[in-house]
Amino acid sequence: MKSEYLLLDKVEGPLIALSGVADVAYDEMVEINIGGKKRKGKVIQLYEDKAIVQVFENTTGISIHNASISFTGKPLMIPLSREILGRVFNGTGDPIDDAGDIFAEKTYDVNGRPINPVARLYPRNFIQTGISSIDCLTTLIRGQKLPIFSGSGMPHNELAAQIVRQARLSEDSNEEFAIVFAAMGVKHDDADFFIKNFERSGVLGKVVMYLNLADAPIVERIITPRCALTAAEYLAFELEMQVLVIMTDMTSYCEALREISSSREEVPSRKGYPGYLYSDLASLYERAGMMKGKNGSITQIPILTMPNDDITHPVPDLTGYITEGQIVLKRDLFQKDIYPPVDILSSLSRLMKDGIGEGYTREDHAELSNQIFSAYSHVQDVLALSQVIGEDELSEADKKYMEFGRQFEESFIKQGFDENRSIAETLDLGWKLLSILPKDELNRVSPEILDKYYKG
Amino acid sequence: MEIPTGVISYINGPVIKAKKMSEFKMREMVTVGSKKLIGEIISLEGESATIQVYEETSGIKIGEPVAATGHPLSIKLGPGIIGGIFDGIERPLNKINNISEGFISEGIGLISIDTEKLYDVNLSVSKGDLLCQGEIFGEVNETPLVINKLMVPPEIEGRVIEVVRNGKYNIETPLVKLETSSGEIVDLKASQEWPARIPRPIEKRLATDKPIVTGQRVIDTFFPLAKGGTAAIPGGFGTGKTMMQHQLAKWSDADIIVYIGCGERGNEMTEVLEDFPKLIDPKSNRPLMERTVLIANTSNMPVAAREASIYTGITIAEYYRDMGYHVAIMADSTSRWAEALREISGRLEKMPAEEGYPAYLPSRLAEFYERAGYVSTLGEREGSVSIIGAVSPAGGDFSEPVTENTKRFVGAFWGLDRKLAYSRHYPAINWLSSYSGYVGQLAEWYDENVAEDMMQLRANMLKLLFEENKLQEIVKLVGEDVLPDDQRLILEVSKLIKVGFLQQNAFHKEDSYVPLKKQYLMLKVIDTMYRRGSSAVKLGIPISIIRNEEIYSKVIKIKYNIPNNRLDMFYDILEEINQFYDRLEAQYA
Repeated sequence: MKSEYLLLDKVEGPLIALSGVADVAYDEMVEINIGGKKRKGKVIQLYEDKAIVQVFENTTGISIHNASISFTGKPLMIPLSREILGRVFNGTGDPIDDAGDIFAEKTYDVNGRPINPVARLYPRNFIQTGISSIDCLTTLIRGQKLPIFSGSGMPHNELAAQIVRQARLSEDSNEEFAIVFAAMGVKHDDADFFIKNFERSGVLGKVVMYLNLADAPIVERIITPRCALTAAEYLAFELEMQVLVIMTDMTSYCEALREISSSREEVPSRKGYPGYLYSDLASLYERAGMMKGKNGSITQIPILTMPNDDITHPVPDLTGYITEGQIVLKRDLFQKDIYPPVDILSSLSRLMKDGIGEGYTREDHAELSNQIFSAYSHVQDVLALSQVIGEDELSEADKKYMEFGRQFEESFIKQGFDENRSIAETLDLGWKLLSILPKDELNRVSPEILDKYYKG
Repeated sequence: MEIPTGVISYINGPVIKAKKMSEFKMREMVTVGSKKLIGEIISLEGESATIQVYEETSGIKIGEPVAATGHPLSIKLGPGIIGGIFDGIERPLNKINNISEGFISEGIGLISIDTEKLYDVNLSVSKGDLLCQGEIFGEVNETPLVINKLMVPPEIEGRVIEVVRNGKYNIETPLVKLETSSGEIVDLKASQEWPARIPRPIEKRLATDKPIVTGQRVIDTFFPLAKGGTAAIPGGFGTGKTMMQHQLAKWSDADIIVYIGCGERGNEMTEVLEDFPKLIDPKSNRPLMERTVLIANTSNMPVAAREASIYTGITIAEYYRDMGYHVAIMADSTSRWAEALREISGRLEKMPAEEGYPAYLPSRLAEFYERAGYVSTLGEREGSVSIIGAVSPAGGDFSEPVTENTKRFVGAFWGLDRKLAYSRHYPAINWLSSYSGYVGQLAEWYDENVAEDMMQLRANMLKLLFEENKLQEIVKLVGEDVLPDDQRLILEVSKLIKVGFLQQNAFHKEDSYVPLKKQYLMLKVIDTMYRRGSSAVKLGIPISIIRNEEIYSKVIKIKYNIPNNRLDMFYDILEEINQFYDRLEAQYA
């Protein structure tokens, strides 16, 4: 029989402290019973007979003697079975959709364990999203973690929803796919938007949702992505499904982490975020990937809003160091009414190099994308110059670059929310636009490819 | 004798404290709790000790035991290291994968290189020989590329009193018995142990006057690194640090590569693991994996082991250096290591200095980079350890503490530039902010081994690029057309340097690695273009004619069109350029 503790030393923010405890393990789950209502928490620090417990829901209404605390002896475990598909859970993995509890033979530790690099399989399979700027220039690969860096008000949710709807995770229709959706601190409307879109694309039965909405307790927000990724690992590596994980909004997650860190009086590093923010984010993002001997995969699309559209803010900065590239949305394009407003120059897919070209997409893909990057980056210089000296004064070649830049944004980057372009269409469109430029400007392309595809 | 044991009294993530620890020593390795996690003592105060734990501490309880191992964090050095992949404290990840499949679990204990495997041992000493420290007493073929020379460990000397016959032995079998001057008997094995945090002793340091040839033009020609030197590659995310490190690990002419994946992506280690066995070393025709060691502490593996991984890597490097090899270490990324220091010092509630980093950050960085060097080893062999450390500055801002302090201790600085990376100019090394302090020392080598005017050409090109940068400021304001022709020529030739020389395609079979001779000839061609071009300008020939499209695009494509083994083709190109300008000058004369 586990003992119950009835007296607390301290209640502060999301933390409670109690003393006189024995046989308590670091990181174990705690149940807090207040007049019959249960809350959950976990042990975050132990010092002799004192324990500090972080409460997942809030501490409102807890006094130093109205709660009874019992230690469960286990870290947070969630039950998982095939039944989770189509279900909705709260941030700590309890069902909130009135369809009853999950009954499963096995429960899983939400903290997971690091995948051994030796057991990983290097991701190489191209995922067609039907979005030109992504497919051609920041190609998504199965098993990749590719975040969307956005800013408030920009259409990152639409982009994510379009990817979910159009992404063909595999050519092989026998493979099962699933979507895990983790919402951290997002608004009710945003969550509804996703649910409606899942419904619209007919995948609702394949979606597992973990919702910690903006008004839900912040400590629970720390657990939400961990529950979601544990479910994703189960689906991918035990049921061998192709899993796409959408996590939004990582900035809220990091802010929750900072809030807790400051209430624990930890030494802050940049912008008040804790020094372990990098390790903590890595413990989430690194749970994407593929493993040897397993058919499943976890592809992650975390969404984060860059405070003040600043890509050097710690959250996008540290994320970019961990993830395998990023899709950056740019306000300038958004204001020009270009959807999706993908800033291709700062966007990047690190795994693209091994998943494109002959046998994956098409032989000209790599060189074409290189040339587009190089040309579009020159367009920026020309634009800056034309603002000083006027467009008429530009050289002939630079005028062509201006034209290329305009058409590229209007017809390549811009596409409809329902428009699904195949990779061949996208690449052909790319060549059509590059053909605006004189042939000798295209020095990133080998002569053979140029002769074959240049249309000028 | 009873093993000293303490009792856990405090747990906070990877930092724990224990009581009854007076028998323990500073920096001693300990096992923590009933799961026997591995940890290291980082401070002692009275009866209590602070321990950093190299594994997840989840589930550990107050009152569980802490047991001593009697020795500091030590690395087992012997055959079996090359070709392997290890975690931050030299535990083989393959073996861990056999024990706990797929995921890394805690409590695996202290395992190290294979002690069962039998190697063919050739001994070169006989009874009665006097052996000094560092002397070689035998050989083992570790991989087809690397002969492991069995050395007498440092601080051991004596007369051989017993030698086993040549044959198959594992690394724990005593092979030679030595009697020291004090009459002590010491067994020599194929393996030895060394505390990771202490540099292995050497005879003396030598000058660093030979380059590491990497086949990467911007490095070999513009910012070379000496064998035994140190270099830093700072760059924000997406600027190509890891690509650069991979290229260097593949192509540099070191004998042995130690690749430390410190707090980086799991898939990057997997990529090396999948690629390197398939890549063939051009010199020996053997897979590159046969000269490579990987140390992997990916970003989701425990943070304390990340701190140790750097020391594990460099100790392994020093061990092979002592055999007389040239070793290059790629540390990707030292910022993650610095952050691990910060995280641990934060948990210890130490007073932070800049941006939360501990005040001892500069001294730790200095200690690490100073372990590089070109040396005469114990036993008087020549070997070197070169360090190439990636730095991941927060926000891509080079004024943050890790980049700033690293700059103070490295000889070469290859600054990666986000703007170049955005326009897919790879390698994105910025030629204006980068430097190499080795140019002076290496000049003689280049004179003798490449060409006498190599360094002169290098200086010419850098000067052009520097002038171009100033001109670009003007171009941004008024456009290119209004510049005088001699300045427009500088812009055109700089474009040749940038696109035709500095940009290098890691995925192109001819361009991925370029021999020094070809680098020299490419410079020669570009230099000719400039010299002939400027005399043509002086004759009043308009730039639009001097900048002949056909010739210019031919020069840009030299890197692809002239194979590395057909350097004679350069003479045709040079001939063609000279003829073109001769004709022009004749026309306008």
